[in-house]
Amino acid sequence: MNPRRKKRLTLAIALIVGVAGVASLLLYALNTNLNLFYTPYEIVHGKKDTGVKPDVGQRIRVGGMVTVGSMIRDPNSLHVEFAIHDSAGGEIIVTFDDLLPDLFREGQGIVAQGVLIESGKLEATEVLAKHDENYMPPEVAEAMGQTHQKLEYPEETKSEGYKYQ
Amino acid sequence: MWKWLNSYADPERSYNLAGKMLPWFACLAIALIGVGTTWGMLYAPMDYQQGDSFRIIYIHVPAASMSMAAYMGMATASFIGLVWQIKAADWAAASIAPIGAVITFIALFTGAAWGKPMWGTWWVWDARLTSELVLLFLYLGVIALYASFEDKVLAARAAGILAIVGVINIPIIKYSVEWWSSLHQPATIKITEKSTMTGDMLYPLLINIFGFGMMIGALTLVRFRAEVLARNGMRPWVRELAKAEAAK
Repeated sequence: MNPRRKKRLTLAIALIVGVAGVASLLLYALNTNLNLFYTPYEIVHGKKDTGVKPDVGQRIRVGGMVTVGSMIRDPNSLHVEFAIHDSAGGEIIVTFDDLLPDLFREGQGIVAQGVLIESGKLEATEVLAKHDENYMPPEVAEAMGQTHQKLEYPEETKSEGYKYQ
Repeated sequence: MWKWLNSYADPERSYNLAGKMLPWFACLAIALIGVGTTWGMLYAPMDYQQGDSFRIIYIHVPAASMSMAAYMGMATASFIGLVWQIKAADWAAASIAPIGAVITFIALFTGAAWGKPMWGTWWVWDARLTSELVLLFLYLGVIALYASFEDKVLAARAAGILAIVGVINIPIIKYSVEWWSSLHQPATIKITEKSTMTGDMLYPLLINIFGFGMMIGALTLVRFRAEVLARNGMRPWVRELAKAEAAK
């Protein structure tokens, strides 16, 4: 390899290594800030590395699984209340006053954005459904016992709802 | 040992080679995308949770993965052009950039259209979506830099440096869903482990990914040939070619 090419090769590699170094330091410094949401565990016990807990009144996003059986629906309005938990064992309550996304089910992962009104209770302004990386036909899901039931509305709730319209 | 490769740095030979490869890439692309899309849209089973909406995966995932692959191709060409100063490599990089930009836009657009019914939002500033948007801006930056210099040797150098620097974004896109919490789910197709998708859904997806790769290859060859002609307009062989074309 002639010396001019060698010099250019060294420069190009130095450029790549330099930028990679800067980027990894930057991302390392920003690490926790790049997370989209807090997990319920982090709200109750604080973040693992810094121990920072979100303050009451702070606007945050929380992500976790909807606890099966925790869903309480107000028969007269859109108001819903449910618990979300994570694998680390944290659990918080989320309240919401609007339409839930189609994919929302008990047992489903969600991301809720809102204001922490007291420690362990979030008043959500937006609830997004998070789906996982598993895709399968319904028959396979049934065989594996993986079906999350779609939310079922009991008959009395429905008729109650209509009365007030 | 690389001597034989050097002969293809000659514009005329690379132009002819690209012309010979083009029909293969084009035919494979049409066949694979045709089979993959028909199979995916009509015959693959629907998903247990997302129903038929999940079928957009057959466009979204190939576009997204190929947007990154095209970037790697462009950056490699720029690197070769920069270090060995092979003009044909610079032209190749310049011809991939707009194709990559369009395919990135398709990935972002289909992702948004999928996000609205499933997640409940068109867009969220999580790590995966944001880094993919940065990829689009990188492509646009490379296109703009290459277009803004009259002297194309200088233009290729400037655009090439940006392309090489931007490579750092590729692992960030790839691992964004593992390093940070995001709304976007982690990867379904895994190379080292079993993919978390059943075979009858997976095969059309793999066919389409391969088909998109061939399509980008074919489009790059078309643009590369045009770029070679544009940069060598004064050469005798291009004039001969133009005369032969005009005589037809």
